Amino acid sequence: MTKVSMTVNGKPAQAEAEGRTLLSSFLREELGLTGTHVGCDTSQCGACVVHVNGVAVKSCTMLAIEAEGADVATIEGQAAADGTLNIIQQAFQDHHGLQCGFCTPGMVMSTAALLQENPKPSEQEIREYLEGNICRCTGYHNIVKAIMAASGQDVSAIAAE
Amino acid sequence: MYNFEVEKPTSIADAVAALSADEAQALGGGQTLIPTLKQRLASPSKLVSLSGIAEMQGMRLAAGSLCIGGATSHATVAAEATGSYPALAALAGGIGDPAVRNRGTIGGSLANNDPAACYPAAALASGAVIVTNAREIAADDFFDGLFTTVLEEGEIVTEVRLQVPEAANYQKFVQPASRFALVGVFVAKFANAVRVAVTGASEEGVFRWSEAEAALSSNFSADALEGLSVAPEGMMADIHGSKAYRAHLLGVLTKRAVAAAA
Repeated sequence: MTKVSMTVNGKPAQAEAEGRTLLSSFLREELGLTGTHVGCDTSQCGACVVHVNGVAVKSCTMLAIEAEGADVATIEGQAAADGTLNIIQQAFQDHHGLQCGFCTPGMVMSTAALLQENPKPSEQEIREYLEGNICRCTGYHNIVKAIMAASGQDVSAIAAE
Repeated sequence: MYNFEVEKPTSIADAVAALSADEAQALGGGQTLIPTLKQRLASPSKLVSLSGIAEMQGMRLAAGSLCIGGATSHATVAAEATGSYPALAALAGGIGDPAVRNRGTIGGSLANNDPAACYPAAALASGAVIVTNAREIAADDFFDGLFTTVLEEGEIVTEVRLQVPEAANYQKFVQPASRFALVGVFVAKFANAVRVAVTGASEEGVFRWSEAEAALSSNFSADALEGLSVAPEGMMADIHGSKAYRAHLLGVLTKRAVAAAA
């Protein structure tokens, strides 16, 4: 076991990890941050997306030890301390961008990465960027709407069907 | 996943020393290796992470070649090669998905030589030189069949030098579940020759389509490919596409790549 230290959502965090401990397991089981979901555990579904040093990664396909010293952001750090949702989370709620909610942490974290790179993405760009995030409820349409709204764009431009 | 130790060297020399241990294995971005370990298809006793080696990061232009550090991520190539080698930047930006591109590396992709990966086609079509800790290997000699290269045990890809062509284009027919190429064709036009490399099609892995190269070298237009085809024998077949389908598709994609590059 090795002691692994990183900054998680702006706060220092430290715990023991084996060589094989995945970042997703480290966050969930050692730090108790179970908002990061493990859907497929094969890097297909994107429910486990977190940011490491400012970029989106699939935390089920990165070793915890590789995040030593890194700045990690998870879904738990997205809302304000008093629980006020951030603009992306609020848009997901307003536009019904979640059904069962299992994929939502990854969807929100991928969206945050997208809007950092591209503050006003087109519908096509949104769909391409979310290629690695799978919604098992197939609720993509409202997710795209929510992201259009979160980026301050006209949601009515998206077809109803 | 069986347990293993992880070492994080900060220089190529330290990485090579760490890899001399029994059952040590290099870890690039881990986007193929970690899933492989989860399935217990590999069980190294030690992983040597290459992601903390500064001298294997980034890219530079030198003598008409784009030289990319072996540990450079697909996302970095997609963002930073747009001016120097746009077809390569587009290829890198089409690998996997954004999160995968932030971790996966060019050196890891070439060393793994997945028969449906994109980078081997770019390296072969660009007449790349693959630089390791020990030697320089021409791309034409580097790939050695499915998931096999001429890399020795413990040898790592430290840099990839891709000759920048006058014009180039990569056409990838995406297998929608894996996002690998069902078939992918990279066409690169140089002053004195055209190189055409095909991934995702052959049972032998990435290969050059020499008949198309000869035809395109004298007439760089899609019309020059009229009547040319690759025999279905030797193509891969799976539930996504038969041998004949892949053979046909690679002809279509080559025409599209030439039309887009011309």
